[in-house]
Amino acid sequence: MNAVFDPPGPSPVARRRSRFAMRGLRALLSCCAIALMLSSAMATPLWSTLVHSISIGMCCWLSIDVGRIPLARWQHRHAPPGSPEAQSQWPGWPLMTAAIVVGTVVGFSVGGAIAAQITGHAARGFIRGSIGQSIAVLIGALIPGLAITYYFYSRETIAAKEAAVQTAQRQAAERQLKLLESQLEPHMLFNTLANLRVMIGIDPPRAQAMLDRLIDFLRATLSGSRASQHPLAEEFARLDDYLALMKIRMGERLQTQFELPPELAATPVPSLLLQPLVENCIRHGLEPKVGGGRIAVGAAREGDTLVLRVRDSGTGLAGPALDGTRFGLVQVRERLAGLYGSNASLTLQDAGDAEGGTLAVVRLPLATAATGAP
Amino acid sequence: MNATALIAEDEPLLAANLQAELARAWPALRIVANVGHGAAAVEQALVQAPDVVFLDIRMPGMTGLEAAQVLAEEWPMQAPRPLPLLVFVTAYDQYALQAFDRAAIDYLVKPVRPERLAQACERLQAALTARQAPSANGAAPALLDATLAQLRQLLATPSLDGAAAPAAGPPSRLGVIQASVGNAIHMVPVDEVLYFEAADKYVRVITAQREYLIRTSLRELLPQLDLQRFWQVHRGTVVRADAIATAVRDESGKVQLSLRGHADKLVASRLYAHLFKAM
Repeated sequence: MNAVFDPPGPSPVARRRSRFAMRGLRALLSCCAIALMLSSAMATPLWSTLVHSISIGMCCWLSIDVGRIPLARWQHRHAPPGSPEAQSQWPGWPLMTAAIVVGTVVGFSVGGAIAAQITGHAARGFIRGSIGQSIAVLIGALIPGLAITYYFYSRETIAAKEAAVQTAQRQAAERQLKLLESQLEPHMLFNTLANLRVMIGIDPPRAQAMLDRLIDFLRATLSGSRASQHPLAEEFARLDDYLALMKIRMGERLQTQFELPPELAATPVPSLLLQPLVENCIRHGLEPKVGGGRIAVGAAREGDTLVLRVRDSGTGLAGPALDGTRFGLVQVRERLAGLYGSNASLTLQDAGDAEGGTLAVVRLPLATAATGAP
Repeated sequence: MNATALIAEDEPLLAANLQAELARAWPALRIVANVGHGAAAVEQALVQAPDVVFLDIRMPGMTGLEAAQVLAEEWPMQAPRPLPLLVFVTAYDQYALQAFDRAAIDYLVKPVRPERLAQACERLQAALTARQAPSANGAAPALLDATLAQLRQLLATPSLDGAAAPAAGPPSRLGVIQASVGNAIHMVPVDEVLYFEAADKYVRVITAQREYLIRTSLRELLPQLDLQRFWQVHRGTVVRADAIATAVRDESGKVQLSLRGHADKLVASRLYAHLFKAM
């Protein structure tokens, strides 16, 4: 089918018009080529052949290219308004063939009459000695129409596909940038650096250890958007780096706890999948809470499913308003959907015990390796 | 002159560092308290009445900006000491820095550099000296007014809590308040609301007939109101301007509001008293 895809830039109508003009130009060039061939093959006068060819060819093209639009509308009459289907001007091959047959007959008749007016020399139409002869002429006349239609169709299909690929690439790049921005949130980065600067003065060995953690975290973040997977142990280590940096900042207000069964340590997981969830715990759960609290990250196996839990004892979902973007959750869900389809899920709920806070649960299939891009 | 200061900073290392740097830059300055959240900052500032308060913007519970607002509203006028000089401290927030520059309020960027801190201390010392000069006694209200104007300007800057970048588009206007009463939802036209009042995590919605409780914060509600019609008169009160009958200013700078068709009396804080002037 003819996917109509709208890359950014000129409006769809403007692009449609320019494509129409380009098809007209190509049709004109084809007519000239046909006239040259006919003229040399049958030794007819070039001028008269050219006029007939252009007149008939352009009339055929016009009636086919314009005639298909109401057919396409009719074909897609049930498509929801505004959808690519509804905007498509391609009625499908069966209707298009009908359009070519009718368009060719109309084009021949009208174009032939016009050419006859100009040159004073009438070409013979479809009405020949026998019906067989007439049909043979008609089929002969249809060949250029079909060939040119096929040529235009494949050209524009390829162009639409290329535009779709470009748009998808651009969207992926934008997503990656947004992910990076959210992981390297400037407030977090600058506060951490401010803390490190102070620590260099009072406890250089600890400052070095913390700087190493920051380096590991930055390296994982910057390469994480490219390397799609790493072992679960590595994932936990990077979360530990992040939380260790947060601990310098929050002091006693932050306690952490990791629970990784040894048999799951090597399980591959999408890299830094849980980082936005842990960041949410800090940002929405514990940072706003005067007394701070606890973050627990755990992994467990339930049959063929890997269950990852991130919980905090913070203000909970009913706490002060989230600042709206929910980018972290959306981003985790999108990654899961892209990698595992409907086999993976992320749920967010109140922790539901005395300690309170929020619990995020990620489920993903253990057995099947993830396929597709991150 | 032995000046005093209070530091409100939730990150212990940074708080200790600011204190150490201050000891170097201004040895005579005595730190009376070092607190980790906004509510404690207000409480301690009211008790200790320091000359200077250093306020981190992003703190748990109450932001530095909110703390400053409460302080300006609650500070007793007859106190022996005037409202402390405020210095905001922030790690990174381009919107905040622009807002501070516009409001001409002093700020420090973390990590605090000694040169920059020395500069700030000089300015603070000059302001304190000016404040204590005998000729300045009459000027005290003017100084307070200037501080209030600076704070108002800061508070009018959206997203200054350090929470997020400004929202993409203007939020849609609220036409009807949907309040749950028992198992029914009452549809209350915004035009019938006399005033909104913050109550912990809720907002009380008062109409001439009755009152409702809705589960939202005043901060979330405010951007959805037509601010030509609904005036914030206190950090916890937003009133429909044409429901106000009279406004009477008392000597502490607060304004008593009486309403049309309702017995409640509201108080407009010092920060918003400027709204009530004769034409």
